[in-house]
Parts: sequence; C-alpha cells; structure tokens
Amino acid sequence: MTDTTAKNGLSDESEGMSYLDGGFRKVVTVYLPLALIMVVLIFPFYWMVPTSIKPEDQLIDMDRYNPFFVVGPTLKHITKLLFESNYPQWLWNTMYVSVIATFLSLIASVFAAYALVRIRFRGAEMVGAAIFLAYLVPPSILFIPLATIIQWYGLFDSPIALILVYPTILIPFSTWLLMGYFKTIPYELEECALIDGATRFQILVKIILPLAVPGLISASIFSLTLCWNEFIYALTFLSSSENKTVPVAIVSEFVDGDIYRWGSLMAGALVGSLPLVILYSFFVEHYVSAMTGAVKE
Amino acid sequence: MSQTTASAAGSSSGSERTLWQRLSHDRNFLGLLFMIPAAAILLMFLAYPLFKGVWLSFTDAKIGRDGVWIGLENYEWLWDDKIFWLSVFNTLVYTIVASIFKFAIGLYLALLLNEKLPFKALIRSIVLIPFVVPTVLSAIAFWWIFDSQFSIISWTLKNMGLINENINFLGDPNNARASLIFANIWRGVPFIAITLLAGLQTVSPSLYEAATLDGATRWQNFRFITFPLLTPIIAVVMTFSVLFTFTDFQLIWAMTRGGPVNATHLMATLGYQRAIMAGNLGEGSAIATAMVPFLLVAIMVSWFGLQRRKWQQGGRDD
Repeated sequence: MTDTTAKNGLSDESEGMSYLDGGFRKVVTVYLPLALIMVVLIFPFYWMVPTSIKPEDQLIDMDRYNPFFVVGPTLKHITKLLFESNYPQWLWNTMYVSVIATFLSLIASVFAAYALVRIRFRGAEMVGAAIFLAYLVPPSILFIPLATIIQWYGLFDSPIALILVYPTILIPFSTWLLMGYFKTIPYELEECALIDGATRFQILVKIILPLAVPGLISASIFSLTLCWNEFIYALTFLSSSENKTVPVAIVSEFVDGDIYRWGSLMAGALVGSLPLVILYSFFVEHYVSAMTGAVKE
Repeated sequence: MSQTTASAAGSSSGSERTLWQRLSHDRNFLGLLFMIPAAAILLMFLAYPLFKGVWLSFTDAKIGRDGVWIGLENYEWLWDDKIFWLSVFNTLVYTIVASIFKFAIGLYLALLLNEKLPFKALIRSIVLIPFVVPTVLSAIAFWWIFDSQFSIISWTLKNMGLINENINFLGDPNNARASLIFANIWRGVPFIAITLLAGLQTVSPSLYEAATLDGATRWQNFRFITFPLLTPIIAVVMTFSVLFTFTDFQLIWAMTRGGPVNATHLMATLGYQRAIMAGNLGEGSAIATAMVPFLLVAIMVSWFGLQRRKWQQGGRDD
C-alpha cells in the first residue's frame, strides 16, 4: 500500500507524456465526460437537499414553481423529523449497533489476522482461504436460516441480534485488510521482543498494533459504513418501531400514502447519510485504502 | 513487562515449566487461541446458517413451527412456479446488464481519473459519495427521482419539449427494470472505478513512454499495456460486483418491492417475501439455496475466466 502511494506520488510529480495532450482535445476527451459522470453520480444525493427544505406546496406543484429552485426554504421537515418522530431513536440505534459491532469484529479480526500472518500455526493457509470464502457468502442467502437461529436464541427484535450477526460481514473483510498491514511490519521487530521475553500477546498489543494504526482506522471506518448500510438483517430481525435502524425505519415507517411525505422522506435520507458522509470526508484516504486494500490482497 | 518475565523465570526455576508456559510457546495452541473469537462468530452465524438454510429447504418449516422433512417438494413446487422463473430471469438480466455497464463505465471513469487533473483528490472523493451514502437512503432518493408524478427527469424532459406525458418509471415492467438497473449501476460504478484506479496507478508510466516511442497509438497503449496489467484486479473486482449484484435486495425492496406485478422480483426479494412475509421458511430457503449454483457459476466465470489471462501474460502466479 505504501508502495502504491509512493509510485502514485511519483507519477503525479513527473510530467511524463502529458505535454502531448493539452488544450481543447483534453477538454473534450477528459473534462467533459468526467463532468457529466460526476453530475450523474452526485445528483441523487444533491437532490435530497432541495427536497428536504422545500415548503410542501412547492414540492407537488411543478408547474408554478421550478423544481430546481427553492422559494422560502423551510426547516419544517427536518424539525418534524427530529422532534415529532422516533428518528433520533433510530439514529441512536444505528450508531450504537454499528459502533459495537465494529469494535467486536475489530478485536476478533486483529487476533485472527495476527495468528494467520505471524503465528502461522498448522493449517493457517487453509483458515485464511476459508475466511476469504466467508467474505463471498452474501447475506441474502443467510437471512432466512439466521432468522430461525435468532428466534431460537430468543434474540428476536433485539439490537443484540444485529451486534452478533454484523461481524460475520465485517470479520472476513477486516481480517484480510489487517493481514495485509501486518505483513508489512518487519519480522525483526518481533524477534527482538521475543528474545527479550515478551509474550505473543504483548507483542501484538505493544508492537504490532501501534504500527498498524492506519490499518485499524481503515478497517473501522469501512466497517462502520457497512453496518450503517446493512438492511436485510435489520429488516428481518427487528419488528418494533423503537428498535429499528435508520434504513429500515425510513422504508417501513415513513412510507404512507401521504402525497406530502417526500419532504420528510428526503429529510430522513439526508440526515441519515450525513454522519457517514462527514466521517468519510475526514478519512477519505483511509477509506480508499480499505476499499482497494481488501481487493488487492 | 520485565518484572513479570523475571518473576516467571524465577518461579519456573530452570527446566521445569508449567503447562501454560509450554503452551504459550506452542504455535498451534497459540494460533488456535487467537482464532477463537473470529472462528466462533463465523461458525455460529455464518457456517451453521449456511447448512441450516440448505436443510430448511428440504422441510416445510413455517414461522413459529419447526418443519418436517419433505424431501424435494419445495423444489418441485418452485419448478412449476412461473413467478420463481420470472425472478430467475430478472436476476440474470439485472446482473448481466448492470455488471457490463458498471464495468464499462467504471473502467472509463478510472482511466479519466488517471489523467493529470486539477483537484484530483477532491474529484476522487466526490466520485465515491454514492458508495458512502447508505444504499437504502439513496434508493429512496431514486424513488423520488423516478416518481410517477413529480419526477424531476420527466419534468426536465417535458420542459425541453422531448416528451408530453410523464414517464411511468416504476409502474411499467420494463421501465421499472431499467430504472433499478440504472440505480444499481449508479451505486456500483464508484467502487469499480476507484479500485481500478488504484490498479492503474501501479502501472509504470515508462511503459507507455517506451510504447509511444515505438509508435503505439492510444488504443494500443490501452489494449497491450493497461488492460493486461489490470486483469488480475479486474477479475477480483468483477467477481465481487457480480456476486453483490446477483444477491441484491436493498435497492429493489426500497424502490419497487418486486412490483409492478412481480416484474422486478429478484431471487433475494422473492425469498424474503415467501419466507418472512408469508411465513413459508422452507420455500424461501429453497429459493435462497437455488441461488447458490448460479453464484458458484458466476464466481467461476469471472474468476477463472480472467485469471487464465494472468499467467498467459506472464504475470505473477500467486
């Protein structure tokens, strides 16, 4: 990974052959298509903003008001969301489940990745491959049997069910990502510590983890996003309104026949996305390395 | 730390070491110990349900009632079920069309982003936004964009004079399929583009310089340098993309719930409807289990099909 960024920096510094294509040609072949794709990519997210601050009459009267402009913006939809619905509760549920699930799977993944990369017990390669295969098992084929298992454990309609099940998505991913990071840490450091009488646990906590902090950040940011985004398990395992997570609640609680629902729906979607987008904007680099790192391994 | 080791050495007095001390130097025991948390969760909530799902598909289990073994009855039932075959057809169309477009647009976008650009970091972070916004929430935004009365697309096209009537995006079977595929492409392109971009950045510029000196055109540069060097990453990325498109649930559930008249039911959504909403766990499990062979084929095709190229090009074989 460090290797990639180094090369990347290098190729950006050097002018290379870029002097060959300048001016008008580049506008047509690069900037124009790029701008078009970016507008399409950003539009649905952007479109939540004007919709969530538009007064209701403007939302449904597109002949009199141009839908692209907002006349007299209102915070009504957002205040209604925050003070007259269960939305804060849903937001809290999502956050609480995501953070705990991420934390649990990070701990499990750190131990697993360390064991697979550095302890190299008998069969470590096979276990590593099995964990990769676990990454390829989609939730869509697991949710039905899991529902019966969750019921059996008496965890139905409880956030604990999600906290226990989400790590099945997060652990394979985080373990693979962390294995990549651990591999880059020189083995000599560990040997020195072993000679000084440190146990494996001490080595992991005091030497490996501090050196793998970027990897830990990448894994947790990405895991948080995955949890926040998760839908099918939350939809299946939760039934009472006050336990729901934001994605499930938006789909099931907000969708009534009301023609005026769009304002509050879009406000809900916007407020539910913003925490992630803000988090993401602070950690773009970690996020990208999480995304590309797990694939490159 | 030094204190504990000193006292430990003192108590064990030379050659006699306690069981714990011997075990803590044993690779296999330590490895096992460190694997316990991850293995416990994956075995209990991933491996076990995987087998339980297959087992359930041979029973007539309903919600709140354990089923009895009924053999292949669920599968025989599905074999004659037109809606099931419609969902298979939909899933295949959805996966194939969306994957082709995602790959083409993703690769194109990656190549564009690999050019020398001002504000490159900013552009890259904007491109990733569809991937960061939770899928269901962006699906809700698409639902609004594709609304039958207040669609911004219909409005714009009407004002440009291109159409007279609102487009019935989600009410007409083929329009609904196209709209969902569009939303899926929108959501999947950033992932493919950014991962391929990371691959592109590892390609040394000197290769292009050498090829250009030898008279290679832009297309030849791409065809004989970029693409071969990128195939290993393409294989992995497309395997993931095909896998997650095939098993997609969220987008459909948030936008159409399988409607109009089952025209957009994928196997995952049909499974949910039959198992959870109608309560027929056995039948739902049979639908979910029926996805497995398709998934294996999809993985094999995208994985081995592209993997073969890797050694053909003399790449690293790992």
